Amino acid sequence: MSDEKMSVIVQTIAGMLFPMVLIFSFYVILHGHLTPGGGFQGGAIGASAVALLIVAYGSKTIEKKMAEENLSIFESLGGLVFVIVAIAGFILASAFLSNFLVGEPLFGQIPGWGESPLNSGGFLPILNIAVGMKVIGGLSAIVLMLALVSREVKEQ
Amino acid sequence: MNIMDHLPALVIAIPLLTAFLTPLIDRVSRKARNAVVFIALALTFILAILLVQDVFDNGIQIYVMGASSTTQTIPTQAAVPIRIVLEIDGLSAFMVLISVLISLLGLIYSFSDIKERGGRFYTLFLLMLVGMLGMELTGDLFNLFVFLEVTSIAAAALIAYEFRRGSTSEAALKYIIISSIGALFVLFSIGLLYGEYDLLNMAAIAQAMQSTHIDKIALVLLFSAFALKAGAAPMHMWLPDAYGEAPGAISMVLIPTTAASMYALFRVCFTIYNESLHAIIPAVIIIFGLLSIFIGVTMALVQDDIKRLISFAAVAEVGYILLAMGVGLYGFLNSEEYTVTALRGGMFHLFNDVLDIGLLFLVAGGVIYATGERSLNKLGGLAHSMKYTSVLFLVGLAAAAGLPPMNGFASKIIIYESVYKVSPILSIIAILASIMMLAVFIKIFQAVFTGPKLTECREVPKPMLASMIALAALIIFFGLFPDMVIEHLVDPAVNALMNYGAYIQAVMGVGT
Amino acid sequence: MIYNIPFFTVVALIAIGMYAMLFKRNLIKMAIGLTIVESGVNLFLITLGYRKGGFAPIFTDLPPDVSPADIPGKMVLPVPQALTLTSIVIGVAVLALILSLAINIYRHYGTLESEKVRRLRE
Repeated sequence: MSDEKMSVIVQTIAGMLFPMVLIFSFYVILHGHLTPGGGFQGGAIGASAVALLIVAYGSKTIEKKMAEENLSIFESLGGLVFVIVAIAGFILASAFLSNFLVGEPLFGQIPGWGESPLNSGGFLPILNIAVGMKVIGGLSAIVLMLALVSREVKEQ
Repeated sequence: MNIMDHLPALVIAIPLLTAFLTPLIDRVSRKARNAVVFIALALTFILAILLVQDVFDNGIQIYVMGASSTTQTIPTQAAVPIRIVLEIDGLSAFMVLISVLISLLGLIYSFSDIKERGGRFYTLFLLMLVGMLGMELTGDLFNLFVFLEVTSIAAAALIAYEFRRGSTSEAALKYIIISSIGALFVLFSIGLLYGEYDLLNMAAIAQAMQSTHIDKIALVLLFSAFALKAGAAPMHMWLPDAYGEAPGAISMVLIPTTAASMYALFRVCFTIYNESLHAIIPAVIIIFGLLSIFIGVTMALVQDDIKRLISFAAVAEVGYILLAMGVGLYGFLNSEEYTVTALRGGMFHLFNDVLDIGLLFLVAGGVIYATGERSLNKLGGLAHSMKYTSVLFLVGLAAAAGLPPMNGFASKIIIYESVYKVSPILSIIAILASIMMLAVFIKIFQAVFTGPKLTECREVPKPMLASMIALAALIIFFGLFPDMVIEHLVDPAVNALMNYGAYIQAVMGVGT
Repeated sequence: MIYNIPFFTVVALIAIGMYAMLFKRNLIKMAIGLTIVESGVNLFLITLGYRKGGFAPIFTDLPPDVSPADIPGKMVLPVPQALTLTSIVIGVAVLALILSLAINIYRHYGTLESEKVRRLRE
């Protein structure tokens, strides 16, 4: 990881690319139940957006903008949503992790032959979002910490 | 919704939920975080006891995740189990009880032991518990791999927890690299078995088992991986480092994680391969056991660091378990009459090993907490200022060395008795090693607790004492009433090991 | 023969990775070796599920000329892919942990050579 900022050109382009990469990451997460991809893959793409910012702006600037603790909180929230949804499986339906949203109006549709509506798959999109949150938070925190610590070691 | 039907899932879900909740509550208040973690673990403990009770009373419990009925293992459209199945027989229940009990005591100990960055610590602690419980509850080979990795990752992070000492990172690195190699072996053999049978469920694989060459390769990989993770010599080199460098109670909680790997080893040998197991496997287990006993005891004699010394004693205890289980497996394959005795000795000693070595680790952690010193040469005369701790250490010492009123004696005598029937030499080696173990522990006691007062220190805080006293009470109770413990706890586990047909039937017998 | 090439690759990857882990003394190289072994195992799992001329196992996204009756025996097995994905996720976590431990070791000992790092002997 870079221990100092890169040139203005790189910074500007990284700033412009950041939202696009994030949008692509959200696309992959939200279509996880229909197309290749899902929570982990989309989350990894999202974390790569953060890594891009770290390379361009230097780890210290990014640490100020998004503290490592906040990323960890975000990660924990993802895990929490997943487990709560899983537990809701046996409170609202039959078993742990059972798909209690099938047949409900919101996500209840089961995708049919050759058609792929976004609001389908029961609770799978929710689980994908939870996993995505966890992976974005976790991987970004890992990359950020590795960048910060290796910079510290280099300065010693 | 009846809560009793969902016990297996809840036992895993509650610590998992709390693990993710802890960092959030940690931001609000430390006291609240400690309270939540404790309540969650106590709740898990109660639920686990209910589950164990249920299993011991009503036989094997099945839980199918995500199904419309939690007991329907094979979906109506399919011929084999395809969902994630939790399967709890007597052996799993026995292991679950050990893991949850030790984790609860370790948690109480950690409340006063761990001062900084507590939020992370408890998250990792709970994740390690989730991993252990998952390994013990699951009926699915791939899930076993996933939970094995969860356990290893959380354990490695906990070993490196005191990151200001460089040696902790070193021990953790060794641990995680070796665990990952073991886990990749497991994954590769899962691939082999899946390629052959298109199955991942352990009971289904056991039913389909044909003992082809591919199965034998998979067995060698699974066996070596789990023996490696269980810390059997000559693959024990990571264990003294990991146990020795881990903070306070983690050394103790790491023992059930190795026990969980041992559980996986027994599950593979007794249930999946059962009677088609090659006859060399029991011999290999016995040789590993003897090597572990020998290496553990001799290496313990020369150690200077108090925790490393106890870690080598832990290797020797693993050896006793493997020795008894190897003899039991040999008897199981040849239908000898001493099988039950040997397995009983092995399983009972597994519980005793966790309690005895766990207590010794807690005492060692308490000594390090009070004095900040780990070297036996620099410690001395602590009995003047730490009266309770030294008495508790004597209890642990007597138990681990197998002196009569303690539990270690009860299980070791069963082991000697059954092993004698295979070969008297095995028994003699085991007894000699036990005497050497006593010498080792006397050495620590003399170096640390007796003699003139060298350092000023105070007795350890009450929560630490409480968990040590609880362990000591269990040790004495198990030593005084071994028959009761064997009848109510150990025998269901032994029966589960012997009766692999019931394990298969519980999953595969639904449709037929 | 051509369908055996992935298996040869699996063997080669595992052998190379094992070589790196056993004979290289640099901690980062050992981590790379571990990753290579893992790639080999992942490739093995993926190859197990492969079917000659099979479709990707996505129900809603099949080629237009395929009818539901063609599916049995024509789709690549999805289970090994799920296993591989899980194993990749775990691999990421392990690798991150190994690298952070390696950084911490470098901070304390000033080197990544495992021979010089070893304080915990015996």
